[in-house]
Amino acid sequence: MIKKKALLAAGVTTALAVALVGCSAGNGGGGGGGGNNAGASKTNCANDIKVKDVPVVTYWGWLPDTAMTVDNFNETNDDVQICWSNAGQGGDQYTKLSTSLQSKSGAPDIVQIEYDWLNSFLIQGGLVDMTEHGIEDYKDNFTEGAWRDVSSGDGVYAVPVDLGPVGMWYRADIFEENGIAIPTTWDEYAAAAEQLDAATGGAVKIGNFAPNGQGQHYAFLDQAGAVPFEFDNGKQTEITINHNDDASKQVFEYWIDLVERGLVGTDQAWTPEFSTGLGGGKYATAIYPVWYNAHIPDFEDPEAGAVWRAAPIPQWDTANPVQVNWGGSTLAVTTQASDAALATKVAAELYNTEERQKLGVEEGGLFLAMPEMIESDYFKDLEYEFFGNQKFNGEFFVQAALDYEGVQFSPFTQYYYDEMQRLLSESIEGNSTASEAMDALQKSLETYATEQGFTLN
Amino acid sequence: MSTTPQLTEPRPPIAKKRGTSLDRKHARFGWVFLAPFAIIFLVFLVLPLAYAFWMSLHTNTLAGGEQFSGLANYVRAFNDERFLSGMVRVAGFAIIFVPIQIGLALIFALILDDVRTRFSRFTRLLIFVPYAIPGVIGALMWGFLCSPSFGPLVTLFELINAQAPDLLSRDSIFWSLTNIVTWQWTGYYMIIIYASLQSIDPSIYEAARIDGATKLQTALHIKVPIVASSLVLTIVFSLIGTLQFFTEPQVLSPLAGNAIDAAYTPNLYAYNLAFSYQQFNYASAISFALGLLVFLTSIVFLIATRKKSGLR
Repeated sequence: MIKKKALLAAGVTTALAVALVGCSAGNGGGGGGGGNNAGASKTNCANDIKVKDVPVVTYWGWLPDTAMTVDNFNETNDDVQICWSNAGQGGDQYTKLSTSLQSKSGAPDIVQIEYDWLNSFLIQGGLVDMTEHGIEDYKDNFTEGAWRDVSSGDGVYAVPVDLGPVGMWYRADIFEENGIAIPTTWDEYAAAAEQLDAATGGAVKIGNFAPNGQGQHYAFLDQAGAVPFEFDNGKQTEITINHNDDASKQVFEYWIDLVERGLVGTDQAWTPEFSTGLGGGKYATAIYPVWYNAHIPDFEDPEAGAVWRAAPIPQWDTANPVQVNWGGSTLAVTTQASDAALATKVAAELYNTEERQKLGVEEGGLFLAMPEMIESDYFKDLEYEFFGNQKFNGEFFVQAALDYEGVQFSPFTQYYYDEMQRLLSESIEGNSTASEAMDALQKSLETYATEQGFTLN
Repeated sequence: MSTTPQLTEPRPPIAKKRGTSLDRKHARFGWVFLAPFAIIFLVFLVLPLAYAFWMSLHTNTLAGGEQFSGLANYVRAFNDERFLSGMVRVAGFAIIFVPIQIGLALIFALILDDVRTRFSRFTRLLIFVPYAIPGVIGALMWGFLCSPSFGPLVTLFELINAQAPDLLSRDSIFWSLTNIVTWQWTGYYMIIIYASLQSIDPSIYEAARIDGATKLQTALHIKVPIVASSLVLTIVFSLIGTLQFFTEPQVLSPLAGNAIDAAYTPNLYAYNLAFSYQQFNYASAISFALGLLVFLTSIVFLIATRKKSGLR
């Protein structure tokens, strides 16, 4: 009898456990919102198809405005419809896309990919060269930097959607209380870090150097003039890797020095550790892109009276300021698309009306890569209530986006990011100097590239 | 095949003939009953394994494309520093985990077998419950408990104005993982041992009591030897589970990125190779190499303990 009861209890708890697993598997998007409809079937849309009996293009995306933008597109187009689904956000979706490419089925026609991951899917033969389908006609709709980011050699492999011009978010109240000027150069930033440390007894750090902040680190490298990777999809077996030059070392020596002196934190990005640190007044600045304005209010306790403002990113040389980008997405067409020309057209036109661009701005919080929108008075005059109605778009972010010149990304982003994090972690923990970390990273990347059949230039 | 119907006398020829046709009929029905399982077993286990093995014999580089490469991936695996250091790490885990888990499970099972009160039944459920919590959720929960900025330990240490230790740092992650896995699996092994203790004939205990054995002596000299086969079983489970260690490091890696890298355990390495680095072929080879090592370890252990376990 006892055994029976125990079995029953075990059974009930197991059933509960199975139910819990079921729930957790369903929410795999990690805050992506929406359902997790993997697989690009045309009957499995998150949206309603408004016009029947016309070609349907499948689309994986996770932007907050996608549901509304796609609905608007379907309502205003009667010759093609989009079937949208959310296959997870960032890495989750990339894993699914990679697996679909590997298994040669299951990928959607159009897929949202962040700039830094495009080459990784290109090298897998996953993306269509849009120049074969007339993408050049749309070139003038986008900023030059964004266009360069979606190009490789003579090909264009995606349509830019939004950008992440980088600025400095800062606690105006903390700077004011301690009588510290807002830094405009990295030297001033380091000096302000010292002053802040002295004034608060180490309680407030100027910022955070996240071991896993690869997107940020790549922007820092770009700002200092480093060109870690040169890769042209036209010559797929060749690559140039230059990750231990003076510019690369300068960037990380600067940050590791701040770490060693205890002037910046080393919380992992995108963890509750960092969020509570930023919200709890542990950090006075965050070097983040414009899209971070949507995150900061979530971290901050509104009662705490914190005053957040945005300023341009500090410079190495104020005489030659360099604007950099971190993040933002593109729409690429996969090689599994049944009609690549149609998919290219849809990708290019998804955000090409003012109405849908405004949905992107207002519902998605997007900083669109389209000069027509970001140079408009409407966009420049947007006031951000949480930031004291600051009009930071017009103040400097729009100019920063227009000045951004574009970069080249690695064709093996995941490996590169993992190795960069691993080796920088060693430096953060004091096991190696920043310079040694860069040398080790260079060696690791060269070995990997050779193993993968690349010829090093 | 089967000759079980005639145990006592040799079959007359005619009976043998009839028996054979009956056997055939049985065999046919046997296959019908076996089919649902056999099909699933073939489609979802044997075929994928065969396909993965075929993949492991090929090499696919990002820039070069796919070609047959024989055992080159295996040669590479057994010379791959990251794979080998992962193996050494899980071997280290096995040396720590297995004795702790099985030791605790045995002690709990012996106590619960002896003490039969309402409280002991409740305790038994309590020890078992962590196993019923999905591994991912358990690991997430411990991730928050170990958090260096808002875990309960931080609050405790703040009371005495001290800096709480970072349980997710490179130095302590090993022990944090040990803690999580012990918490999760001890109850499961305890139930197996406990069930086997329950099946012992109580008259043996009575005989021991009459002979003047203490409870400790009964436990050590009667109970433990009788449940030795269950112990061997749980140790094998525990060993295999540890060598294939994956869920907990995978879930904790975003929180402890400095301490848990992409090749922290061989299984994690295989996963990352396939799904992060698109090296499906090499990942297959790593998986088979790991499988081989797990298989060999289990076989060696089973042979070493075959007297105790009653397995031959």
